[in-house]
Formats: sequence, structure tokens, C-alpha cells
Amino acid sequence: MSATVEINFTLNGRKRQLTIDAGLSALNLLRDKLDMTGTKYACGEGECGACTILVDGLSVNSCLMYAADFDGRDIVTIEGLRSDKGFDPMQDAFVEHGAIQCGFCMPGMIMQARHLADTNKDLTYDGLKRGLEGNVCRCTGYKKVFDAVADVIGIAK
Amino acid sequence: MYPFNYHQPKSAEEAAHILAANPEAKILAGGQTLLPTMKQRLAGPSDLVDLGAVGDLAGISEKGGTLRIGAMTPHAEVAKSPVVAKAIPALAALAGGIGDPHVRSVGTIGGSVANNDPAADYPAACIALGATIHTTNRDIAADDFFTGLFQTALADDEIITAISFPAAKKAAYTKFRNPASRYAIVGVFVAQAAGGVRVAVTGAGENGVFRVGEMETALDKNFSADAVAGIAVPADGLNSDIHANAEYRAHLITVMAKRAVAAAG
Repeated sequence: MSATVEINFTLNGRKRQLTIDAGLSALNLLRDKLDMTGTKYACGEGECGACTILVDGLSVNSCLMYAADFDGRDIVTIEGLRSDKGFDPMQDAFVEHGAIQCGFCMPGMIMQARHLADTNKDLTYDGLKRGLEGNVCRCTGYKKVFDAVADVIGIAK
Repeated sequence: MYPFNYHQPKSAEEAAHILAANPEAKILAGGQTLLPTMKQRLAGPSDLVDLGAVGDLAGISEKGGTLRIGAMTPHAEVAKSPVVAKAIPALAALAGGIGDPHVRSVGTIGGSVANNDPAADYPAACIALGATIHTTNRDIAADDFFTGLFQTALADDEIITAISFPAAKKAAYTKFRNPASRYAIVGVFVAQAAGGVRVAVTGAGENGVFRVGEMETALDKNFSADAVAGIAVPADGLNSDIHANAEYRAHLITVMAKRAVAAAG
């Protein structure tokens, strides 16, 4: 085994090359090494979805992934949703619908919602509820979250 | 989490060598069970052998009516694969109902089968469809593979490479899921193939997945929900926990079996 590994990956559209400790979690790499604190650390055990990122287009709990497995992959975090044009429509919708209270779960929610919108063409309102099962919020009661996502995807409530 | 050495082999054979040299090592596939277990300090392997960089372990193919799924194929890939949907739609539906979307993105079929959690979904599919587990050493019939609670026929340095499922004439999986974990409180996989009907139950047995011979015999004669409606599985040997007691699980087995047969058509 080696104590460090070199990884090459794309982070929010930018190529990165890093040498990291083997066994560093993806979440700790983002937050502690790259100072990208939009991705939240909550349960740390894959239950809550606050650390959701997109890996090759799939939503993943970054607390349950090793940074070494970023090698060769395309990573998008909440910081990557904002472009020169401003916030992502999903972010705007969460604000417009007041889908936020304390806000801690929101980066993960929005990443998962973005993933759902991008990958499910025939999503129903019930389907989006199922699609957000992996993201836990202790404040909002979810209704406004579902409405915000439904609005962006363009489905009836 | 306890400290460990991290390995990233490039082939399954290299991974097997590392396992052989380190008796306390564990394989890391998707990590959706192992990593939380390590974080809770319920597991403390000396070495982690990450299969993430072993390229040839993932993928889905179909040949002559047999579906072959690489061990590192995530549940999300099985769920959305047109090849699986065509060959064994019940298997695609099963994969789409595992855990939550994050788990399905990363969790793998090989990891699930190797872990043999008594409430996991895939073991029921393996037994009901008469699957074959391919490893770095040999091929193992599913009937000989699941040997008890979290126990399998795998040797310490043996790694699952793929799983083959013969397509069934009819098949369906019905699960009464724990709404928080989405694990099966009771899950029943029913399959009708050339060799007869198989009924495999997960989530209920103290020793993991098991078959219900009486239901199989009844369904061989008459493949209808009515044929199993009157068959009760004894509560003896079933799990009791905060989610459901053994009697309730026994009741659910008949209910889930009826629904699975009806869904299989």
C-alpha cells in the first residue's frame, strides 16, 4: 500500500491534480483540503444526504466515498451549480418557494434535485418524493421542497 | 473509525493476493454498508482493499438467455439497464428499490451478495432465479453460497467477479420495506423457470434468505395467487425486532408471496 495517492479529476468543470492521503474521504477532501464548504458534513454515515455531490452524473454521499476514487471522474458540487449567468434555476426555485429554514440540508437537497431533473424525463410528483428519499430535512416538512422541484421540472402538484 | 491501511489494486487477482497476505483485511466495493459500519466502530479491518480502480468488474451483458452482471455494477445501473429490463424485469425493479438514490449510485451487487445481510434484496433474487456466483477461484451455485447470517461460501481471499442469472419465464419481487432504511422487513422473490417454481424469502429468516418448498409445490401445480393464499410459514426461526415480530413476518410472507405471484402474472 501507499500512504498517499495521486488523483486526477474534474471538479466543477476544472481539471485538478492532487496528491492526497490514501483513506481521505471525498467529503473531507472537499471541505478541509479544498475549502469548499458548501457540501455539508452532518451524519457522516450515509443516512442524511447533506453531503450529496454528483460523481459522473450520479448522486453520491461524499462521506461514504474515498477521495482516491475521484480519480478519472467528473465531480460536481453545489459550488459548481452557479455559473456566470447566476444561480441554477433549482437554487432560485428553492428561494422562491421558501423551501429553506435552517438551510443546512439544502446543498445536498439541491444537488439531488438537480440530478433528478437531469435524469428523469417522466417524473411524477410521487416519483420526485421517492427520488428525494435519501435527503433528510429536520425543519421544512418537505412540502415546499417538493413544490420547488416540481416547479423546475414542470410537473403538476 | 479505527486506522487502517488502504490499498487500490488494479486487478481482482492483485486484490486477492492482498487479502491472502492480510487476514484482517476487508474488500471495499461500494462501501455503503462497510463504511458506516467502520465509522460506528463495529468493524475495524486492518486493511481496506478498494476495488474502485479494478475496471473489468463492472458491466452487464446477456447471452443465450443468461444475464451476467459484473460484481462492481451499482444498483442504479442494474435498475436502468435496458438489457436487464428485457431479460429479467423483476431484477431491474428489485435494484431500483434498494436503499435510496445515493446508495443505488454507489452500492454494488457484488458487495450486497458478499455481505449477505439477512434483509438485503439481492440474495432473494439469486436463490429464486438459480443464479451462479462467479469468483476469482470458481463458480458457486447460489443454493450453496448463502450459508447463514452474514455468512457465505466465500473463502477469505476469494472475490466475487460477476453473477449470472438465467432468465425466468415469469418472475416478480415484492417487498414490505422498512420506510426508513428501505431494507426488506419481508421480501419475496417468485420465479417460474424450466426447472419449476422457486419462492425465496429475505428479511424474515434468522439465518438469512430461504426457500418455501410448500409454496413452490403449490405454484408448480397452479401458478396463481390463490395457490399460496392458504399456505402459512411457521414463525419459528423468523426474526423478531422493533420493526416486526416473528408472527407478523410469517403473516407478511404469505401476503408478499401472493402479491409477487400476481405481479409475475
